[in-house]
Amino acid sequence: MIHSLFLINASGDIFLEKHWKSVVSRSVCDYFFEAQERATEPENVPPVIPTPHHYLISVLRHRIYFVAVIQSEVPPLFVIEFLHRVVDTFQDYFGVCTEAAIKDNVVVVYELLEEMLDNGFPLATESNILKELIKPPTILRTMVNTITGSTNVGEQLPTGQLSVVPWRRTGVKYTNNEAYFDVVEEIDAIIDKSGSTITAEIQGVIDACVKLTGMPDLTLSFMNPRLLDDVSFHPCVRFKRWEAERILSFIPPDGNFRLLSYHVSSQNLVAIPVYIKHNITFREGSSQGRFDLTLGPKQTMGKAVESVLVSSQLPRGVLNANLNPTQGTYTFDPVTKAGRTPAEVGSRSAGSDAPPARLAHTAREVERLKVNRLDMYGEKYKPFKGIKYMTKAGKFQRDDLVCITGVSTLTYETVTLEPSSIITFTSAGPN
Amino acid sequence: MSANSAFNDEKGGSSSVGEPEYGHDPASGGIFSSDYKRHDDLKEMLDSNKDSLKLEAMKRIVAMIARGKNTSDLFPAVVKNVACKNIEVKKLVYVYLVRYAEEQQDLALLSISTFQRGLKDPNQLIRASALRVLSSIRVTIIVPIMMLAIKEAASDMSPYVRKTAAHAIPKLYSLDPEQKDQLIEVIEKLLADKTTLVAGSVVMAFEEVCPERIDLIHKNYRKLCNLLIDVEEWGQVVIINMLTRYARTQFLNPNMNESLLEEGSDKTFYGSDEDEEEEEEEEEEKDKKAEAPAMAKRKPYVMDPDHRLLLRNTKPLLQSRNAAVVMAVAQLYFHLAPKAEVGVIAKALVRLLRSHSEVQYVVLQNVATMSIKRRGMFEPYLKSFYIRSTDPTQIKVLKLEVLTNLANETNISTILREFQTYIKSMDKDFVAATIQAIGRCATNIGEVRDTCLNGLVQLLSNRDELVVAESVVVIKKLLQMQPEKHSDIIKHMAKLTDNIQVPMARASILWLIGEYCEHVPKIAPDVLRKMAKSFTNEEDIVKLQIINLAAKLYLTNSKQTKLLTQYVLNLAKYDQNYDIRDRARFIRQLIVPTEKSGALSKYAKKLFLALKPAPVLESPFKDRDHFQLGSLSHLLNAKAGGYQELPDWPEAAPDPSVRNVEVKDSVPEWTKCSSREKRKEKKVEKPFYSDSEGESGPTESADSESDSASSSESGSGIEESGSGSESEESEEGSESEEEEEEEKEKDKKKKKKELKKPVQESESEQSSEEERKHERKSKQRKSESESESDEEEESESESSQSESEDSESEAEVKKKKKAAESKPSSKPVKKDNKKEKKEMSLLDLDDFEPAPSPQATPVNAFLSNSLATDLEGLSLSDAVLSPATISPSSALKSYEMLHRITGEGLSVEYCFSRQPFSPDANMVAVQMQFTNNATSDTKNLHMEDVKLQSGMRVKEFPEIELLPAGEMVTAVMGIDFCDSTQAANFQLCTHTRKFFVSIQPPVGELMRPIFLTENEFKKEQEKLLLGQLMGMNEITEKLTLDVKCRNEHSIVQRVTTAANLSRVPCGSDKECSPPVPPPDHPVHRFAGRTVTSSSLVLVTVATKEEGAAKLTINCEKMVIGTMLVKDILLALTQ
Repeated sequence: MIHSLFLINASGDIFLEKHWKSVVSRSVCDYFFEAQERATEPENVPPVIPTPHHYLISVLRHRIYFVAVIQSEVPPLFVIEFLHRVVDTFQDYFGVCTEAAIKDNVVVVYELLEEMLDNGFPLATESNILKELIKPPTILRTMVNTITGSTNVGEQLPTGQLSVVPWRRTGVKYTNNEAYFDVVEEIDAIIDKSGSTITAEIQGVIDACVKLTGMPDLTLSFMNPRLLDDVSFHPCVRFKRWEAERILSFIPPDGNFRLLSYHVSSQNLVAIPVYIKHNITFREGSSQGRFDLTLGPKQTMGKAVESVLVSSQLPRGVLNANLNPTQGTYTFDPVTKAGRTPAEVGSRSAGSDAPPARLAHTAREVERLKVNRLDMYGEKYKPFKGIKYMTKAGKFQRDDLVCITGVSTLTYETVTLEPSSIITFTSAGPN
Repeated sequence: MSANSAFNDEKGGSSSVGEPEYGHDPASGGIFSSDYKRHDDLKEMLDSNKDSLKLEAMKRIVAMIARGKNTSDLFPAVVKNVACKNIEVKKLVYVYLVRYAEEQQDLALLSISTFQRGLKDPNQLIRASALRVLSSIRVTIIVPIMMLAIKEAASDMSPYVRKTAAHAIPKLYSLDPEQKDQLIEVIEKLLADKTTLVAGSVVMAFEEVCPERIDLIHKNYRKLCNLLIDVEEWGQVVIINMLTRYARTQFLNPNMNESLLEEGSDKTFYGSDEDEEEEEEEEEEKDKKAEAPAMAKRKPYVMDPDHRLLLRNTKPLLQSRNAAVVMAVAQLYFHLAPKAEVGVIAKALVRLLRSHSEVQYVVLQNVATMSIKRRGMFEPYLKSFYIRSTDPTQIKVLKLEVLTNLANETNISTILREFQTYIKSMDKDFVAATIQAIGRCATNIGEVRDTCLNGLVQLLSNRDELVVAESVVVIKKLLQMQPEKHSDIIKHMAKLTDNIQVPMARASILWLIGEYCEHVPKIAPDVLRKMAKSFTNEEDIVKLQIINLAAKLYLTNSKQTKLLTQYVLNLAKYDQNYDIRDRARFIRQLIVPTEKSGALSKYAKKLFLALKPAPVLESPFKDRDHFQLGSLSHLLNAKAGGYQELPDWPEAAPDPSVRNVEVKDSVPEWTKCSSREKRKEKKVEKPFYSDSEGESGPTESADSESDSASSSESGSGIEESGSGSESEESEEGSESEEEEEEEKEKDKKKKKKELKKPVQESESEQSSEEERKHERKSKQRKSESESESDEEEESESESSQSESEDSESEAEVKKKKKAAESKPSSKPVKKDNKKEKKEMSLLDLDDFEPAPSPQATPVNAFLSNSLATDLEGLSLSDAVLSPATISPSSALKSYEMLHRITGEGLSVEYCFSRQPFSPDANMVAVQMQFTNNATSDTKNLHMEDVKLQSGMRVKEFPEIELLPAGEMVTAVMGIDFCDSTQAANFQLCTHTRKFFVSIQPPVGELMRPIFLTENEFKKEQEKLLLGQLMGMNEITEKLTLDVKCRNEHSIVQRVTTAANLSRVPCGSDKECSPPVPPPDHPVHRFAGRTVTSSSLVLVTVATKEEGAAKLTINCEKMVIGTMLVKDILLALTQ
């Protein structure tokens, strides 16, 4: 299975290597560097690179390449999924997964990698088990450790590993028993030049934060479970029960986890709350051009769209851009050539009265997922339960922004507009 | 073709570069020397007594290892600390040891004894970690020690240690392949392990050590299938991939019969691709010829129940959060499932497209391969493959590939519109790929060829040279299909030679002009003139085409071009490239007639101007599915090391009995048989069912023949109509006898029920076996001929207690057979009914029940209420059957109240027995079954703290004083649900623990059947409609009946299963029901009253042609009505 792992930063330095079988020389990464050079963009490096003796499977997260060295046949997704799990674990442990964080915690990273794979085959990937084996570094613990000489390494066999519910540790105790569920829905859309929607779909997730004592058995039922025809679950969810009764029944992991993610297909039309118009021209015979962008709310029904962020990828040739937004501010990053206009729009603050959920509800013609009730069995106390609904913009894409001359796409990351406001950006164009 | 190369370049390019020999990093030597001093102080720290210093030193060493620096000189200092008390130091020493042991074998041996001691430690964690490190040290000398340790660990108490042992197997194997035989023994042993913890790891070991030993899987196949869902995700992937291969060797191709049919229909449906079509047709013809004789011999395909088991158990994993698991299931379905069922994977795969881009990349590769074979599967998701401008290039190209594969006449216009947008992208590689995709669409779909061509020609005036060049190349291919129509395009392209610099495009234009010089007689020589001028500056590929053009023109138009040709050939003669020199020499000999030139020059024209076949633009993913999908080999389209070929389906299925497992301990003996016995055995069950239905024997006949038999006829008359085969008669004989022995039967059944408990307790694998048996039973029903033996075998299956009684009854059966034959009872029809019923209940169990839940059989006498009412209709007297006996005959659905895991060994199931609850008529009887799976006894089972909605009441079940370990007990309680589906929540208490449980009734259980005649029914219905009764309510739904449920019986069956209603006999009172429905579209009516408020519930199912039906429910209680509609709808459509 996985032979070795190399972590490579954006500038092409190998800053960490780990071998699970015999050592593979890091010169194997030369093939990777070749591919990296050939690729115009960092994400264009092919995920699987064959070399004469090995195969390199890589993922790019947080501008770090995680390159796994494989020697024989293995499902590529197996490796890719595992590498992503590694990144998630790092993020969970260190808060961020940057080169600096990894270098600072190299020993913990090594210990984690040692536990996660045995001879290249995943051993313990559940974050709850890992946290029992190796305690995440906190400032307090680091101090205590330096003084008392105690260690970050757990002495007990994580009981979860042996039980039928490997994702939950035993003996969990809380004084306040709480369970929070965030139902987050994102709209992904492609809009064509004329502004009509080509595709729009909604992806939703239920992220949970469960802090309950003991072994609670939760059931979550929905008002409209029929929306969930395309779902993927955390392993704790009982499939059979779902199939038979459309009820989520599960013994939750301790802490934060993603309970399920679902997809509402594009058959239902999704109305998008903003419109955008744009134009880019380059003057003949001059090195300058003009970039106009108009952004406004659509079908608002008096509700505000909050935290609008527009990011737009300008062509490589553009050296600089001077924009004059009518509201808000913008930044221009000469490295990625991305212009951004962050949330604060004009004098009105983003945190206006309309909560995003309500907006989403009015802005969409599609029904949103609603939780009916949450019940707990197996424990006696009464937990505090909370459910929050949110709608975000996912990948909004504008087709056609690209003329032969240039500008590529605009990505709206968060959509928020006051009903009456219209934002325009004009620019003197590239110098 | 160029699409091909562009695509491959992207990922395969690096492989062309020779790999340098790997040596050790030369830099490390330098670092090593400069670090020498620092290493000294590290050594000091390691030698100190303080753990904190040691830890600090180890941390620094590990950090150095992580950076790839050589710290091997510290080995002696580090290895000393292997027995350190501090657990973190110890772990870091392990890390170091595993990294350097291979280089310092002798010193590494010093640490071995520590691990050997660790292997004997009482703590399983220490045992496991000792084994882990020991097996990771790649020192050949310790192979025997490792072997011993693995063997010991494989039979360790702790599953965690056994898992570690499974992990150690491939390590040892890679160290010393000669140990293979011994390792296989260990694998065999671990494969039999029943814990989910071990399953994934051992299959992984199996795949690495002995993937060819597929025979080891036989005995564990069913267990693996059943454990699968509980195995951790990584193990699931490995197991599913292995089982795919296994299934390919063991089962028959589920599509073998359909393949001919479907391919044909496929073609007419998408029959656009002319070339491919022809090819396909040829292939098909061949196939037909080959298969025709085989087909004749082959009997209709029936899926092996084990095959079905695999498909069924993997399906829920499509909803895993792990992309690798989803992909594994998808490939399993693609390779193993019948065509009709493969569709389910599309949605899951499309869902993966929203994951990380690396995941998308792999998934799209697989989707591209699948979409060639099964285009229809992904068509509904066309829009999901639309390209976002932020996608990485390789994803864009793959999406394009999928879109192209999915293009057909209906969607081509939308796809082309998308493509038009893509051409404007900044990403040049992607634009090139789009143009190629347009070309492919144009070749595949005739109608849009001209549109595409025009679009491409427009692109020729594009400002971007790359776009133009790519268009030229594609146009060239398209023109080859019908050149005569498009001479103007050729002319246009000829003009382009002045501007286009991309060699491939120039070469393509020249070739086109040369090939079709007859269509452009005036321009061609002029082009040659220009080219001759610039010949020396051209790229090689262009030069070759210039020579080519010259030769062709010389042959067709020698007058104008003779001199030019000679000039070009002369230039070529002195070219630096030997290919060009060779070509020039060769052509000169061919076309310029000299004395020396041989016979060939006569044929020069034929040689050069032969008709060339148009190129076929194919997907690079065509035929890639001979690699197992989802594998690395598939992705690279080349066999990766260690890839296991996916075998072809076998011609004839190997013996399925190899998978039968000898079940040990606590399993009733009837499961321990070889397959032959098993076949009988499923018959064994038959009497079990049949005698549970036996009592209803005579009435059933009335039901099934109520249409034909007039109501006044007596049962005995009917019997004559069906004269079954001998076997049937004999069986029926026994049944009719049973019916006489009703009293006795009841006793017997009670016993049987008790006997059943151990069966129900047995593990999941067994339940699967049961299912399997059921399936096989249904399959082989026809072949069953003897039924007498059933009774015998049944008694075999029972324990000795009842045996005597059984044999007694059996004796009686024989005695009374003759009498039975003359007795009134309907034969063949009844039998059919029974079978259907059985199948139904099985389906229900499969579909709705949580995994290995026992099948509850109610104690009460069975009697189909529909039959009962029919009988009433016949006899027109209510006295014959008391309402108490009216209850559904189908196996009651049982619900889980307490799972044995949450119940710490105690599991409780409940079902609605549909018996009147004698202490209180307004209560619904709930029958509960307590099973103690724990090792200790449970005492004082009772309920407490009942929480109910207002108005609800509960009659508790009497306290169960003692439930010994492994035993099962049943109790009945009554609940008055107040006609609502609110759950009754209460605590179930044992002497030690309390469990919160709840009982929620399906709406269908909140009513009791009543008897109405058709006339009465209609009157009541009218009353309800007119609002004479309070609250008028009618809910109507249109539905399409499930294919399996179009006959009268199954409709009745399904409705009465869904709700506790009784059937209104149709046509029973002819005198007052003038509109008799036509017999082919019968109307079924059912009636009941709610338990608490006695409101009428009237259900009408009016069938129409082709399975269409109308469901009407009249009920005063609106809520009940709406819920009931849903339930019945579900029951009828599934």
